[in-house]
Amino acid sequence: MAIVVFNRRNLLVAGGAVLATGLPGLLLPARANGLAPTETMSGGANNYRKGAAIMDRIGKGGFWMSGTVRRAGDGAPLAGQRIQIWAHTTEGQEHEPQSHGATLTDKDGKFRLEMPQIIPIFGQPHGHLAYDSGEFKTVFLRPVMRSAKETSLDAHFVLQPA
Amino acid sequence: MTGWRSARAILIWVALALAIGVPIAAAAGSEQLAWRGPVYILAGFAGIIALGLVLVQPLLIGGYLTPLSAYRGRRAHHWIGGALAFAVVIHVAGLWITSPPDMIDALTYASPTPFSPFGVTAMWAIFAVALLALMRRRLELRPRTWRLIHMPLAIVIVVGSVVHCLLIEGTMETISKAVLCVLVLAATAKVMINLQVWRKRRTLRGESVARQ
Repeated sequence: MAIVVFNRRNLLVAGGAVLATGLPGLLLPARANGLAPTETMSGGANNYRKGAAIMDRIGKGGFWMSGTVRRAGDGAPLAGQRIQIWAHTTEGQEHEPQSHGATLTDKDGKFRLEMPQIIPIFGQPHGHLAYDSGEFKTVFLRPVMRSAKETSLDAHFVLQPA
Repeated sequence: MTGWRSARAILIWVALALAIGVPIAAAAGSEQLAWRGPVYILAGFAGIIALGLVLVQPLLIGGYLTPLSAYRGRRAHHWIGGALAFAVVIHVAGLWITSPPDMIDALTYASPTPFSPFGVTAMWAIFAVALLALMRRRLELRPRTWRLIHMPLAIVIVVGSVVHCLLIEGTMETISKAVLCVLVLAATAKVMINLQVWRKRRTLRGESVARQ
């Protein structure tokens, strides 16, 4: 029968061994996960209407909403992903159907949709974007413009499998 | 002496009218209004008017708005307090109708907009003061107790309203908004210092006009 003796030397050796193997073991998986998925922003889903149609342009345009869609972990661009976009614009309020539209990402995972000028609503000039197509976890974004005078806004998605 | 006093009284009234009137007029000229529905516009202006009433309140209680007597100044302070609570109700109800999810986020302190918690906190402080003022007699609150409750809430209302307003990007014009906010802070600080609200005293009655 083995008798385990707890003396200072044993503890130091054992502790050192745990630190040498255990700590990197605890830290490394985080790095292996790579690009973290985008979290849904608070208020992002406000005034969302499911199933906005894919279109070349929302209304008369004049403002550009653009961004990228990538896969969590390896960061690979995701092509053909449907991104829904809506905002309070010069042509309608957030909840109104004419303020909603959708577009698809290209082969580089980029999307770009022309829409009417976004104007401040509820104290901030902001837009809303959604990925809500099922293959990956649903994400709602609510980017804020630095100034109401800007004529473009971008938002980036990193999606994780549903 | 009396000439100077009446001139001063007129000046204060003119300044007050400008301090509240100019921001309202500037907001009325905002191009943002073209993209807003009537309910949203009403809600916005109710908010601006509420901030204007927050400026009137310390001036009334400090007795700066001559020729209002101390008694009438306090009566007006009560009625304006009621009007302030009413304006806030219109503000919140109008915003709720405009965009229910955004208003629910704000009221539950879950809003992404940094100004919302300041406004909502000021709102609860306004409602608390209004409710306590209505029940003050029934609760038999002594003047000292009342002041102990009202003064911290008044500070919450003033600071909350000013921060709320300054952080909002909306119809208000920046400079007239900032001036109104500074005046609200200055009037509140002046009255609190002049009346030495932190000092233990049995009553304020009859003192408000005497100090000038």
